[in-house]
Amino acid sequence: MLGRPNLYTSYKQESQIFPTWTQKAALGVFLLILIAMPLDLWLTEQIPFVRFLGDNEWLPLVNKVMVFAIATLGLNLLAGVAGQVSLGHAFFMGVGAVTAVFLGGQGSENAHGLGLPIWIWLPGAGVAAALAGLIVSPVAVRLRGLYLAIVTLGLVFFGIHLGNTKWGAKFAGAPGLGRKAPKLDIRIWKEETPLVNLDDDGRWLGFDLSDKAKTYFLLLGLTVVLAVMAKNILRTRTGRALQAIRDRDIAAEVMGIPEFRYKLIAFGISSFYAGIAGALFSAALSGQVLAADFGLFFSVEFIAVLLIGGAGTTAGPLVGAFFVVMIPKFVETFTKWLDKTEGGITGKFADLALTGPDGDFGVISTGTQTPGWQLNVFDWNIVLFGFLIIVFLIFEPLGLYGVWVRVRNYWKRWPFSY
Amino acid sequence: MTSITLRLLNARGSVSPVTAFMVGLGSVLGVFMVLQLFNDPEIFIQTLAKSLGLGSVYAIIALGFVLIFKATQTVNFAQGGLAVAGALFLSFLVADDNIPFTTISNPFNDIPGPSWIGWGASVIVAMIFAAILGLVIERLTIRPMIGQPLFSVAVITLGLEIVIRVFNNDAVKIEFRSLEVPWGVDGFRIGDAFITWSVVAAMITAAIAFVAVYFFYRSRTGIAMRAVAFDQEAAMAQGIDVGRVFAIAWAAGAVLAMIGGIFATQPPVRQTLSVEPETATIAFRALPAVILGGLDSATGALLGGLIIGLAEIFAGQYAAGEVGWLGAGYPLIVPYIVMIIGLIIRPYGLFGTPEIRRV
Repeated sequence: MLGRPNLYTSYKQESQIFPTWTQKAALGVFLLILIAMPLDLWLTEQIPFVRFLGDNEWLPLVNKVMVFAIATLGLNLLAGVAGQVSLGHAFFMGVGAVTAVFLGGQGSENAHGLGLPIWIWLPGAGVAAALAGLIVSPVAVRLRGLYLAIVTLGLVFFGIHLGNTKWGAKFAGAPGLGRKAPKLDIRIWKEETPLVNLDDDGRWLGFDLSDKAKTYFLLLGLTVVLAVMAKNILRTRTGRALQAIRDRDIAAEVMGIPEFRYKLIAFGISSFYAGIAGALFSAALSGQVLAADFGLFFSVEFIAVLLIGGAGTTAGPLVGAFFVVMIPKFVETFTKWLDKTEGGITGKFADLALTGPDGDFGVISTGTQTPGWQLNVFDWNIVLFGFLIIVFLIFEPLGLYGVWVRVRNYWKRWPFSY
Repeated sequence: MTSITLRLLNARGSVSPVTAFMVGLGSVLGVFMVLQLFNDPEIFIQTLAKSLGLGSVYAIIALGFVLIFKATQTVNFAQGGLAVAGALFLSFLVADDNIPFTTISNPFNDIPGPSWIGWGASVIVAMIFAAILGLVIERLTIRPMIGQPLFSVAVITLGLEIVIRVFNNDAVKIEFRSLEVPWGVDGFRIGDAFITWSVVAAMITAAIAFVAVYFFYRSRTGIAMRAVAFDQEAAMAQGIDVGRVFAIAWAAGAVLAMIGGIFATQPPVRQTLSVEPETATIAFRALPAVILGGLDSATGALLGGLIIGLAEIFAGQYAAGEVGWLGAGYPLIVPYIVMIIGLIIRPYGLFGTPEIRRV
């Protein structure tokens, strides 16, 4: 009887992250594949997706997925678990990025920087963002629903403005130009040669690795640690209190859960994740800190990742981040492939859908500059992103997690339909 | 602790510390304004007119927010996109002679511009277009969400904003669409103070919009809308067609957004006289006005808009020395500061209905 799904003989068993051995084994295999992905192995070439996701062309996107996943894990604690919807996530990410560049970046006449190593600036970014969250939360705790969403939206504009002021630019870089992000290299202190060099190609344990692959391993480790932490927060007293507040705040208060304190905690932890993600975004992805990056669109992206993945779950943000980040690249690749095909049904379709530089009939322009009313692939991707949000909310409010639950339940009951 | 604070805030008819604080703040600002009036009347009058004009534009946009919120209980984040879409459509009608007799020169000033009749006709056509746009969006994306969590609907409107913005930018491209208005860029003078006609136009339009909304809420449909806002299921049980109420609110909201979009290209807001992608930011700039006034109150939208407009322009005119450390564009974030202060004092805005919380 042991290892049966939905059969729990003790509370400890029920609160396990992975109650069955199948799940543990599946996760182990999945992690192994993730580790092997960027390596040049025969095995990785045989698995679909993994075959090309480990290439240098796709690895930056995989890195982006992980940064987005970290940010959304934080948003999930606030919006999905505690039910406090915040559009200000980009602001806290910005605080994290600016703190990181202040602690870890190189100082000059018009930019402050201390040049400290990563083990100081990365946690520092999280702590600074968490402090910002704690400062904001006393106002936020008094508000509920859409009032909270709009006030936190105000934070985003406020943050960008502060970053562009004269003294803000000393931290966040000149308006519109930004400044160089801190290096990801692992150093003990400020010595010349780093302990682990993440900046150029190298050889680790007999494998040739590019700088992107090295960044990938760093991010993978951080994502796993932070995801496990997020999952564990859900299983503690704090996590249960937050869920009680989400489900009915007055009832939670009546049961003796101090609402103010737990909302404060939710804001703090969520902002901590955001700060780390913001620092990683600037250091590992964009390579620069730019105040204008952390705008409203960014916040909306994380809300979208959360809702598409499935709010309130830990797997949701991870899957949602993969989905949202990868879709544009898939569309781009598909369009390129379509552009090359000639003849046959696909060729006919390509003729109808695509517009070359000469401006013939078609709704997708292949160039970056569009001659007529057609949109290029980049614009279509933004439209697709908007449609994804709308379609998911209308047809599958639980997101991809909801899809998964339905598929699982179908096979659980198979061959019976009920 | 929390309940005591709430009771103090909710106390009606008695003087709470909050009221005292607000009266005190108001009188300090009033004394400051009177001092400035005697100090330099021209600049004061000019600033006042500008701020009232800006406040009126905010009020128009805010009324659109309130209309939609009152029916659907959701903030429509796509209001900015709708504003630009409507203004763009109007600019296509006016600038390209797409409808007849628009090019007769203006009798009110020498600057060539559209005639009142032609422009008015174009505005009516554009209003119909905006209403249809609102209806289509409502039918496709909002109607299926009746009874769903309100936040989901709000996020849907965020998705809509993203989509609409792409198409707006596609229409605008690199060249901005100029939007001509019959009152032109001219103005009149009181003493040495120069006041543009667009300020007057915005104020008149805001007044008309407010009166229209005020009487609309007392009509049969308006009462139905308030009933739907109160409780959708109960309203349905009373025989009110909730879907129809949603549709009317969205159509009216889109029309108000379009009118706001016209004024968003005019002097008190922007000097460019053209529809640009940035015109959509007017909606986000007007959000503090909505929140300050209360999401579900037309009076709140009007007063909130005026207060925010006054705060923004007056801070820009007189507070440069004190808050200069906030940087060059600091008037733009003044609305958010005012909003946050307002929300700390009254979490549901000045005129908003506090949410009744049931266990």
